Amino acid sequence: MRGHLAPHRFPEKTPRVQSPNTRSTLLMAPALLWLTALMVVPCGLIFALGFFRRGLYGGIEYTFTLENFALIVDPLYAGIFLTSARIAGLATLIAVIIGYAAAYAIAAAPRHRQPLLLFLAVLPFWSNYLIRTYAWIVLLNREGLITQGLRMLGYEGEPPSMLYTEGAVITGLVYNYLPFVILACYAPLARLNPELAEASRDLGASAFTTFRRVILPMTVPGIAAGAVFVFVLSIGNFITPALLGGGRFQMMGNLIYAQFLTANDWPFGAAISMVLIAIMMGLLTLQAIAAEKGAGEKREGADG
Amino acid sequence: MTQQNSHFRQLLAGVAAAGLAAAGPASAELVISNWDGYMAPDAVTAFTSETGEAAEMVVHATNEEIMGKLIASGGAGYDVVFVSSPFAEVLHNLDLLEPIDAGKVPNIVNLYPEAAALPHDPGNTFSVPYAWGTTGLCYRSDLVSPEPTSWNDLLHPAEAQVGKVTLLGTDRWLLAAGFLSHGFSVNETDQAKLDEVEADLIEAKKTMLAFDDTTFYSKLVSGEATLVHAWDGWCNYGIAENPDIKFMIPSEGSDLWVDTMVVMKASENKDGAFKFINYILDAKNHAWAAENILYKVPNKPAMESLSADMAATYPNMGMAPADLVALEQLRDVGDASRAYAKAVSAIKAAQ
Repeated sequence: MRGHLAPHRFPEKTPRVQSPNTRSTLLMAPALLWLTALMVVPCGLIFALGFFRRGLYGGIEYTFTLENFALIVDPLYAGIFLTSARIAGLATLIAVIIGYAAAYAIAAAPRHRQPLLLFLAVLPFWSNYLIRTYAWIVLLNREGLITQGLRMLGYEGEPPSMLYTEGAVITGLVYNYLPFVILACYAPLARLNPELAEASRDLGASAFTTFRRVILPMTVPGIAAGAVFVFVLSIGNFITPALLGGGRFQMMGNLIYAQFLTANDWPFGAAISMVLIAIMMGLLTLQAIAAEKGAGEKREGADG
Repeated sequence: MTQQNSHFRQLLAGVAAAGLAAAGPASAELVISNWDGYMAPDAVTAFTSETGEAAEMVVHATNEEIMGKLIASGGAGYDVVFVSSPFAEVLHNLDLLEPIDAGKVPNIVNLYPEAAALPHDPGNTFSVPYAWGTTGLCYRSDLVSPEPTSWNDLLHPAEAQVGKVTLLGTDRWLLAAGFLSHGFSVNETDQAKLDEVEADLIEAKKTMLAFDDTTFYSKLVSGEATLVHAWDGWCNYGIAENPDIKFMIPSEGSDLWVDTMVVMKASENKDGAFKFINYILDAKNHAWAAENILYKVPNKPAMESLSADMAATYPNMGMAPADLVALEQLRDVGDASRAYAKAVSAIKAAQ
């Protein structure tokens, strides 16, 4: 019983009580069961599938093999993986720059206006992902709204070809995942004690140095969280490359989709899925460690 | 193989069966799986009121989707399934199909003689054709000049068409365009020829707009594309909106695709299943597909019942069965389907 009360009484100095008690176990049970039944077990089955052979007609032959995992380093599939990583990386970089700037602006706005601005930032989430992606097709296609707008302004040349390009795919990814970055960066920016920046400037630092040496380091965990979200969601995405890339760009998600739904090669699809999940888990773990370390440093800073 | 493997197999089969049980009813009610919108919306209820057989329709989006379910369950849970002929061949090879009992399907005489002698199943022993057609070039005759004649007009288009052509992205048809342009068989399994076609299609990517299996005709209507790789029936949807759109079969020839109806060996009501196939083969019922979804059906009295306007508006609807079967039918390519899938991945991944 001492356990629940301790953190309230000694918020900073006492180490957090880690040992789970009966009540928290009970409270966590439904979520744990849910995750086990619908995440851990299916992932385990998929993982196991990766070690079998595809049957001649697309079924599964229960012969143990490592060839599906070996196939991933085949130049073709390794190339698809690198392309996905590059596209997801570019989308992440752009989303972080735009998202951080937006979060900074929101955090700097008068406090009473911030909820409205945040609400506007997440508003696109209220409509379906597919519809948001289709909207870009309507905008970007050769006979789309942008071309029509240009024509109304008197442009008569060949309409620009914007859809079905890598740029269109990256635009779609950035647009769809930007709110994650804004929310992730807003949280540490809003919590930032303004006196720290004032102190930095009083000590003679320029606005840029203050940002670089004080504000940015303190908000890195938020940036990392946002960046990992965008990267992980982008690298596995298959809808955006299919719709905005016109099938001209093959990403990991499309490859997995094709193995399960057209090539009927479930074992190979399972092997690629597992590699993708391993990458995602690795990145999320790194991010969690970084966040924990950041939080630890902050705690120490507060203590000292 | 090992004890562990067999446990795993049971587990997987159990999971698959649980999924299927949730998807389809377990009663003796007929379960018919078809593509959405591929038959009259009231076909099942009309069949039930005519024959007294309770039936339910379920839909599949692709051949591969229904194949996955049928192979996992050994066909249990389904009675009549609509699949393309290469997949019917696979189901037949896996011994999952009930032989067609012509005595229980008297309307089978409505089929054109050509449709009863298809290379994949001469004599309709395990499959009954539902719709058939070909693949070719669908184009804006007002924007493409001179008119296309060859598959190379699609793969290596004239300057004016660069960036305005789309290709079907589905394995068999994408590769067929390449095979045909080289004069190869649409069922080619020789790896060297496949490599040659792969390189050619990678080259073709530079001059195309996109791979498109579903909206190519609306791209033609909007003018976003001027020349597309299309199934005959889907080109008709474009023609319906813009009469300048035309369909042609390139001089090198094309494929013959056939969608079929099959009865599962695991069916618990095979007589009911045959009654359903017989119901569909009734000229009036079968004509629905031709009239409403603009696909040719291999049913002589059904095609003869169509108004003459139809072939005037949609010339490919008037194509003679003899001309159709002169094209090479798409067949199951067995193990080569893996090489096909890899080639298509390589084509789509190439930058």
